[in-house]
Amino acid sequence: MVESSWVRIGLRIVSGLVLAFLYLPLVILAIYAFNESRLMAWPPPGLTLHWFGDAAANPDIRAAFLNSIVAATAATSIALVLGTLASLAVQRYEFFGRDAIAFMLVLPIALPGVITGIALQTTFKTIGLNFGLMTIIVGHATFCVVVAYNNVVARLRRLPRTPEEASSDLGADTWVTFRRITMPGMRTALLSGALLAFALSFDEIIVTLFTAGAGTQTIPIWIFTAIQRPTELPVVNVVALVLVLLSVVPVYFAQRIGGEAASIAR
Amino acid sequence: MTAPGPSTETAAPPASRGRALARWLYGRSRTQLRLLLAAPLAWIVLVYLGSLVVLLLNAFWAKDAFTGNVAPFQWTLAAFEEIFGQEVYRTIAVRTVTIALLVTLTDALLAFPIAYYMARIASPRTRGILLIAVLMPLWAAYLVKIYAWRTILQGNGFLAWVLSPFGIHGPGLSSQPNAWLVLSYLWLPYMIVPIYAGLERIPGSLLEASSDLGAKAGVTFRRVILPLLVPALVAGSIFTFSLSLGDYIVPNLVSNAKFIGNVIYDNSALGNVPVAAAYSLLPIVIMVIYLFAARRLGAFESL
Repeated sequence: MVESSWVRIGLRIVSGLVLAFLYLPLVILAIYAFNESRLMAWPPPGLTLHWFGDAAANPDIRAAFLNSIVAATAATSIALVLGTLASLAVQRYEFFGRDAIAFMLVLPIALPGVITGIALQTTFKTIGLNFGLMTIIVGHATFCVVVAYNNVVARLRRLPRTPEEASSDLGADTWVTFRRITMPGMRTALLSGALLAFALSFDEIIVTLFTAGAGTQTIPIWIFTAIQRPTELPVVNVVALVLVLLSVVPVYFAQRIGGEAASIAR
Repeated sequence: MTAPGPSTETAAPPASRGRALARWLYGRSRTQLRLLLAAPLAWIVLVYLGSLVVLLLNAFWAKDAFTGNVAPFQWTLAAFEEIFGQEVYRTIAVRTVTIALLVTLTDALLAFPIAYYMARIASPRTRGILLIAVLMPLWAAYLVKIYAWRTILQGNGFLAWVLSPFGIHGPGLSSQPNAWLVLSYLWLPYMIVPIYAGLERIPGSLLEASSDLGAKAGVTFRRVILPLLVPALVAGSIFTFSLSLGDYIVPNLVSNAKFIGNVIYDNSALGNVPVAAAYSLLPIVIMVIYLFAARRLGAFESL
């Protein structure tokens, strides 16, 4: 052990403080969900379960939730197909312009979301497209492709080529080799890519505000508008708590898949 | 042997037609490549790069004086004249870049101790728990986290309650440093993860050698750890910097400061698309420069 005991104690204290910093806002939010008062003053005067019923009965929340699920499912599906195809091309073939394509593929996530948003919005306006769920999906799929691509390409890089070569030497055609050798090797990368893409899409607001138009709300857009109306805050608190609790789901699956999704990409 | 008889091919169910295609594809790697690349490339080029080009064009298009809509192919530099002519655009650009850099620095400072603790001191079990603990807030909804800070920072919120015994007022929701605080909070896990991964890659023997040769903790940090950690730091900073640079929700919801993103969003909402388009070239240029610099520093291998 190189570190002196002082260094170790210091690191432990700072780590604890950083964790407290990360969790304090979430804990405070969880308490507010049970706040008896309509006002957001701290501390809450008493606790109640009243707002949970209100949130569940709210038609706007239900519609927004459904929109979010549909958009995330569609965007994830598109992203998985396109991302996998692209990663196979980039990782399994040598060709001119490969680096340029690899760079282009990660651009939607490397550039700020506001750029993707304004670019898509301007284009939809210029070509006269109607804004709605469809344009939301196009926007989400564009950055979700990167997530799927990153996950699969990282896996393919580590996957040995020899089983594929053996398979084709033994007479398997391209399709059989893909289905029986390449696909099983990629499966968990696809799963974690899907998980990450779905979560990103479900959570997205920076691009979505540009591509949604006036009539369509996703859960983040609903929160964004409701936050600015004081009367809605008790219900926002409940939705916020539910979303925080829901974030356990992807973490749990990511752990089970093997921490692949733990590597970040946004 | 000659090719298999056509009768067996056509009589077979459709699954076999795929088989025939697969057999035909075998060895034709150029065709395989084209089929693989066609769809993703079409999407990225048409939808994404195409949109960026349309955005660029809009920056040079005039606005119709009567309808207020953009008039395609009527070229003008009016949007750029407005941006370069008015002081406020420069102030906002400088403010955004400064806060994005401060957020990156803050996150690096906060991330290092916990990443080091995870990588070198914690037991494997604690390390696993800490990794999950750090990643959990990353998956929690972005807007929910901003909202949580709104409730904490507001005039009668948690922070004001904590500070009131000391006779200090809470910051309220109109203070500029709020944006720095909340952005640092949001992107902190994005910095912890690459630094942790980077520290794990440094062999312990190097640190032992440094200490055996008489270096104190500070010297080992400066001369051994830090140089080896540069790619990981830069990789993390791509996230913290880029995400802060483009954010317009945080400054809007927790402070009264305008960021580059707010100028873009507000102008586009007001129908002033050319100015929004012209101003959005700024973060693109900044990020492209940043990414090229990051690439030279070896950050892409640590992503």
